[in-house]
Amino acid sequence: MEGTQVQDIIEKHEQTRGGLIAILEGIQNRYGYLSEDSLRTVAEKTGRSLVDIYAVATFYKAFSLKPRGKHLISACLGTACHVRGGPAIAEEIQRQLGVEAGETTPDGEFTFETAACLGACALGPIVVVDGHYYSKVGTVNVKNILKEALLGPDEDDIKRDERIFRVEVNCPQCNHSLMDVGHLIDGEPSVRLTASFHNKHTPFRFSSLYGSGMVESEEEVPVDTIINFFCPHCHAELVGASNCADCGALMVPLIVRSGGMIQICSRRGCKNHMLDLDGENL
Amino acid sequence: MIKLKINGVEVSVEKGSTILEAAQFLGFPIPTLCHMEGLTPYGACRLCVVEIGEEPRSKLVTSCTYLAEEGLQVRTASRRVIRARKMILELHLASCPQSKTIQDLASAHGVTQQRFKQEYENCILCGRCVRMCEEQMVAKAIGFRGRGENRSIGTPFDEKSDTCRLCGGCMYVCPVCELRCTYTEPEKAVCGGCGNHSAVCLEKPEFNDMMCYMDPCVACEIKQPKDIKDIKDIKED
Ligand code: FES
Ligand code: FES
Repeated sequence: MEGTQVQDIIEKHEQTRGGLIAILEGIQNRYGYLSEDSLRTVAEKTGRSLVDIYAVATFYKAFSLKPRGKHLISACLGTACHVRGGPAIAEEIQRQLGVEAGETTPDGEFTFETAACLGACALGPIVVVDGHYYSKVGTVNVKNILKEALLGPDEDDIKRDERIFRVEVNCPQCNHSLMDVGHLIDGEPSVRLTASFHNKHTPFRFSSLYGSGMVESEEEVPVDTIINFFCPHCHAELVGASNCADCGALMVPLIVRSGGMIQICSRRGCKNHMLDLDGENL
Repeated sequence: MIKLKINGVEVSVEKGSTILEAAQFLGFPIPTLCHMEGLTPYGACRLCVVEIGEEPRSKLVTSCTYLAEEGLQVRTASRRVIRARKMILELHLASCPQSKTIQDLASAHGVTQQRFKQEYENCILCGRCVRMCEEQMVAKAIGFRGRGENRSIGTPFDEKSDTCRLCGGCMYVCPVCELRCTYTEPEKAVCGGCGNHSAVCLEKPEFNDMMCYMDPCVACEIKQPKDIKDIKDIKED
């Protein structure tokens, strides 16, 4: 099953320098972990032996052989954070989540990991949640950090974080607004499209915050499904001409109201998107 | 041909030979553990250290992987080399105190004490079996996994490998899993001390190069029934 979907990642990197690590990274990015199946496929398709691939996959901490939770929490135990109380923080996180380092909570929400230096020693102890850095963390903050992780980025972060901003989009066919003010995601009006997959149609909403990646749909869309998107107003199918650089699925173009274009990947789970505010590459 | 000096004796060897080969050609003994003829040098055990260069800028290198260089000065038994060798052996012994190969090497090099905690590992990660499987048996069934203290040797996912032909080559070349001290059966044991409940090594000269001088003695230390049980548990694990 997964094998066929891993194939495009393998092919992409075989053509370049054929780096094994690049292939594994691609798989890890898409699925969150390296399954036995996918490693076997890599072995078969690249002609490398499974032993070598397994050696690489187990050597690097960035690769995980077990499925990871939705949110990745890493507590730094590097030298600087260690002397400032990193271990106590790690312990507290473990206690609150009820898992050891390297494990995932049974509900699949959190994966907890310890790291040896996350590169912000002066601000230690550091805890990183889904790429968001918390500095000078104390054990009392842990509870909040976990709560925030579940909620997604909050107002404040959104205002402060330059990578996060709001986009308002229109249908490229009928130029009708796709914003749904009645349904908020991340506290902002969501973008509504009609999704069609496996002969099913369902309203599909995603966050209008650029970089958030939050999606909601009435019908659960399995990860990796390639979705056909339709405008809920003119019912035209939204298809672009280009393919996703990460996974090869078709990109879906949307018009940004302030000018330009945004393209999102039509594969569920692939976070790739391109923002082109000047409309140069149209 | 490359000319180098080993312990003051000049020797010329072909390009691409290692210091170890050159020293063996001259007959200077260098102990090895992970090195094996027919397998690519790997440099994992560090036992074959020699000193190269002039004091005070000399350095220790593993002779099994270091290629002979023109005009190289090599010392295979300087004080520094011997000290390093003893330390390496002591460490190996601490991780696998039951290995007869390591015990014999240790005793041959005058290691008479053990300052490190004995770990009773089953593997020193010398990689002999991995190379045997890959290079001689062309099977690539086993390999290294993980890193640091989690590094281990085995098949991917710990599943039976489809390329393994059960040739047994890996066990044949293993310096640790061959001929273990079995403690309870005196004739199979390295020294029999634990089986006989008396330190035979102290009386019998034929045990002279066994490890029973060790402080603490590997055999004597585990003489107590409780400890014997512990060992068994470890083995079963
Ligand atoms: S030690 Fe924690 S960030 Fe460097
Ligand atoms: S024999 Fe040279 S490092 Fe093991």
